[in-house]
Amino acid sequence: MINEEEVRYIADLASLKLSEKEVEMFSKQLSDIVDYVEKLDELDTEDIVPTAYTIPVKNVFREDKVKESLSLEKVLKNAPEKQADQFRVPKIIEED
Amino acid sequence: MKLYKCSLTELKNMIEEKRVKLQDIHESISYRTTHTDPIIKAYVNKNETYNIDELDQNNYKDTYLKGLPIAIKDNISIEEIKTTCSSKMLEEYVPPYNATVVEKIKEAGGIITGKTNMDEYAMGSSTENSAFFPTVNPWGKNRVPGGSSGGSAAAVAAGMVPVSLGSDTGGSIRQPASFCGVVGLKPTYGAVSRYGLVAFASSLDQIGPLARNVEDIALMMNVITGRDEKDSTCVNRDYPDFTEYLKNDVKDMKIGIPDQYFDIDFDQEVRESVLNAVEKLKKAGAKIERVSLTGAEYALAAYYIIATAEASSNLARYDGVRYGLRAEGADNLKKMFTETRQQGFGEEVKRRIMLGTYVLSSGYYDDFYLKAQKVRTLIKNDFDQLFTDYDLILSPTTPTTAFKIGEKRDPLKMYAADIFTVPVNIAGIPAISVPCGFDQKGLPIGLQLMGAHFKEEKLIQAAFSLEKILNLDIKYPALK
Repeated sequence: MINEEEVRYIADLASLKLSEKEVEMFSKQLSDIVDYVEKLDELDTEDIVPTAYTIPVKNVFREDKVKESLSLEKVLKNAPEKQADQFRVPKIIEED
Repeated sequence: MKLYKCSLTELKNMIEEKRVKLQDIHESISYRTTHTDPIIKAYVNKNETYNIDELDQNNYKDTYLKGLPIAIKDNISIEEIKTTCSSKMLEEYVPPYNATVVEKIKEAGGIITGKTNMDEYAMGSSTENSAFFPTVNPWGKNRVPGGSSGGSAAAVAAGMVPVSLGSDTGGSIRQPASFCGVVGLKPTYGAVSRYGLVAFASSLDQIGPLARNVEDIALMMNVITGRDEKDSTCVNRDYPDFTEYLKNDVKDMKIGIPDQYFDIDFDQEVRESVLNAVEKLKKAGAKIERVSLTGAEYALAAYYIIATAEASSNLARYDGVRYGLRAEGADNLKKMFTETRQQGFGEEVKRRIMLGTYVLSSGYYDDFYLKAQKVRTLIKNDFDQLFTDYDLILSPTTPTTAFKIGEKRDPLKMYAADIFTVPVNIAGIPAISVPCGFDQKGLPIGLQLMGAHFKEEKLIQAAFSLEKILNLDIKYPALK
């Protein structure tokens, strides 16, 4: 069971703002989904090594050479706000 | 003969033999799209950067794809063409670079017709989660085309384009291919570069082709596979010419049928159609045996932990800072993040971010994420073990034919539509969906063949044989 307080806590971790209606809905739906996935407890995985990637990928190296990269103009093209060739954002440091 | 009805291979041959002009092909496709897409709504954006009148087929003379048309799912980046992922978050986003598959298609002389509709961020099984509009299944106007690559499947099925690219994280190529009566291949994880594909679940995502026959799938696989230094998960190996495996020959092929998959309660007409195909494969000389695999329901449970965990991490980048939507009027950074994400993400995307954040959160990681990764090992080992004895494993692609628009409101019921396709992504193996019949409503049924890692050629050979053996008369859906 994931209660509404937990839903609000998770939403905060995920930087999501939810309406009260969404909080209520997700509390029920996430509880249902978590109940379903707990099915995995039926399988014994005591001595099993976890798999992150299904193909054997070892360190993939390349030569440390400078290559052409995107121009500043292209990088900033989609910026919602920009100033002096940088992304502009609202104030980060809050006043007392 | 209407050109839009021809396959990619037929068109390629006709151009090589100088029996048709490239412009006429594009005219036919464009005409068909103009009259069909207002009903089907497969495209999110058409490619307006090329002009049919100015196409010169001599420019494509020495290329593999001869200037032929291809549609691309809207989560694959094309420079200077909007890539929206069918999300409000990226509604105005114009990528500053091409995905590697797009580079490969361009180098091979393919012309991209446009970007196809999808479930927002590829999260869904019906294309109803598009923030813009749902796509309609060409075989039934009140039916979903499947998803998340619903636009790519519907465009091909309706004759708006001979082939398209989709992406498959848990069945997003194969399930819509099955619902729309076309062929769809999910390649081995690592066979096709994912550079420029908007990330959903990075250990599962893979790009692959959809087409109206297996031959065209082989052609497209020749174009899109191969190593890419911009994607470190893309494996360095040689790929065969896949068209050499277009042989009607399943003699001595060993195919396993997993009891645990057929024990699931699924649609009777789908079951009969798939088993009918099995009998025909047997008659053609395939050795078919019942086998045992970890139940698909465990793969589905593991999938919804792994996929959402990875999604919650991948989608953290949508913060309104560098590109995409930014909520207006937020006076501090935290507010800007949360309000941007509130406005930009749809319900299913939020649900998956929430679930993914939950399973990764402190105190739950071992119970959910680690457990799912261990189950992943079990499922992968199971498949690996079977493939030492068997060439292929066979199942239905989907438990039902295309369901009605608006029918599945409960997320768990929607997730269950992926039960047969998800284990393939969990194990990283390749699989293909081919049409094997129709139900009484006239809706297409798909059969799935799964192969060992990097054995796409076996899938192609068996699927091509099945296509010949069944010899289905797939007429163009009557669009009303």
